[in-house]
Amino acid sequence: MKEILNIKNVSVEYDRHGRKVRAVAGVDLTLNSGEILGLVGESGCGKSTLGKAIVGILAPVTGEVVFDGEKVKKLTRGKRPEHFRNLQMIFQDPYGSLNPRRKIGVQIADGLIVAGMPKKLALLKAADLLEKVGLPRNAVDRFAHQFSGGQRQRISIARALAAAPTAIIADEPISALDTSSQAQVANLLVNLVDEFDMGMVFISHDLSIVRRISDRVAVMYLGKIVEVGTVDQIWNNPSHPYTRALISAIPHADGTSFMPQDLPGDVPNPMSPPSGCRFHPRCPLAKEECKTQEPGLRKLGDGRDVACVLQTAGNQPVTITLN
Amino acid sequence: MNLLTVENLTVTLATGSGDAQAVRNLSFNVGHGEILGVAGESGSGKTMTALSMLGLLPYKGKASGSIKFDGREILTSSKREYRDLRGKEIAMIFQDPMTSLHPMLTVEVQLTEHLRHHRKVSKDAARNSALELLATVKIPEPAAALRAHPSQFSGGMRQRIAIAMALACEPKLLIADEPTTALDVTVQAGILKLLHQLRKERNLSVMVITHDLGVLSSLTDRIMIMYAGSEVESGLTTDLLRNPRHPYTKGLIAALPGNSASNSKNLLSIDGMPPELGNFPTGCAFHTRCNYAKESCKGAIPEVTNLNSTHRIFCPINPFSEVTSAGSQS
Repeated sequence: MKEILNIKNVSVEYDRHGRKVRAVAGVDLTLNSGEILGLVGESGCGKSTLGKAIVGILAPVTGEVVFDGEKVKKLTRGKRPEHFRNLQMIFQDPYGSLNPRRKIGVQIADGLIVAGMPKKLALLKAADLLEKVGLPRNAVDRFAHQFSGGQRQRISIARALAAAPTAIIADEPISALDTSSQAQVANLLVNLVDEFDMGMVFISHDLSIVRRISDRVAVMYLGKIVEVGTVDQIWNNPSHPYTRALISAIPHADGTSFMPQDLPGDVPNPMSPPSGCRFHPRCPLAKEECKTQEPGLRKLGDGRDVACVLQTAGNQPVTITLN
Repeated sequence: MNLLTVENLTVTLATGSGDAQAVRNLSFNVGHGEILGVAGESGSGKTMTALSMLGLLPYKGKASGSIKFDGREILTSSKREYRDLRGKEIAMIFQDPMTSLHPMLTVEVQLTEHLRHHRKVSKDAARNSALELLATVKIPEPAAALRAHPSQFSGGMRQRIAIAMALACEPKLLIADEPTTALDVTVQAGILKLLHQLRKERNLSVMVITHDLGVLSSLTDRIMIMYAGSEVESGLTTDLLRNPRHPYTKGLIAALPGNSASNSKNLLSIDGMPPELGNFPTGCAFHTRCNYAKESCKGAIPEVTNLNSTHRIFCPINPFSEVTSAGSQS
């Protein structure tokens, strides 16, 4: 297993009326080839911002993203360095991410033509890619509006594949789709990761799907990673109160009138994040020290990382129960 | 007697290529204090069903059949009669609370307007009820909230305000169209709790429309599954989710990420896509995607099969009549 992405201490700031808002505040993560890393958290926690910083749409104010041995630079109007063509992104909204006035084939072939392929060949390759994602070859001559949401997302995936990516950042790729398309597109992504030995960061707020398709999961809260571990570790024995709260809030579709647990309060405004542990105002287990001391990530005995004072580095995780 | 009884409801919409039926021959009811869930993919007709009850169908949309609410027929109501009904006896909340609240008006204006219209109460009385309502839906500091604009609240709080608005005139029926789809799970759980509590305290009937079977499982008493404008299966929530009998329902449940028996990363999925409006297949509309379909399914519109007094399916062949476990879907 080869490390394809290394995210080191990345912070991203937005400028809001002259005030700096730190949407991502010092994130460390790695991604290996052939691996799906689920990135979860409530809306406003900085997942998408982090995704954009990884591919270079946004420039980090601290830290760096290293892709396949080279530091990712911010995208400019100029040509993207060849090395980074293998780092691609898929967006949530398959309606907004395709050009309504250009044929599908041309949009997919763009990446190939930029890379120097003759246009005719590139269009043939585009048809191949469409076939790969489960669409008919003749889709090259059609326009985006002639496809359903699920099909459009397949087109976006084909477009990303045109660059022969070794890493893909997928930002909520199935959230806008219907139930049956969701499963189909998720399966497609899983199979592609397998087939091409890519690495994928799968950003989603839907924990049940992340549980199903990911190898590892990173949980984010207000710009920081609070826990990273394998799916089984995170799911069966969450070691951060926030992870526990997220999992307890998922309804069970089993007909047992199970009542999911809500987490009172909202994600605080990143303009003025709480002192100490950022989760302390909503944490039912918060202690006095949580208000002042910010817990760093610590590696537990089972190999996962967690940022919570209730856990001790090197020890097995203490089971977290909320009320 | 049921609060709402819908019989043979058919909704016809005008599309670019002529009229198309979005809801076909739908019959169901909602009891007093009951929470009914309506599930189906987009285009299955669930929202049109709700809109026809409020007289809010899109331009040139027509509804036929019968909708009896609280003992009287409402489908034949005039525009004026509908106006008196809406908000007062039947209220609706929508998926996106940002678009259902006016961005430029304060919460107070939006919460008291229909109270004053329907109830003819004074400004002060309306304001007091608004404060009570905000407290009921657990908005912190109701007095400050009244002066605020919708943009000053998070998505979950906005949905609570939308619910408060819907409750203002003490409606008998609340229609909730994807009320938690735009929210985070942690916030969703709070809204589900709130709806449960309102039903209990006010004997409110709720019809909740969603594609999320998890939400339906924790919220509803009964579920109706729709496909291509028709009911395919309905039953008590426990029965339907634990022992689904229609191939479509079985497929939906098998496709849930948490429900597959194997350890493979691949999810089970129903092949193909839901049919588009105006292009519904003949006979049983699901036959084009059904693993169990026979030649006969293409012909006749499926008759109802009553499995017990509450659980029924509309399937021409009823392939699981002998099967009781839920694990037979391949």
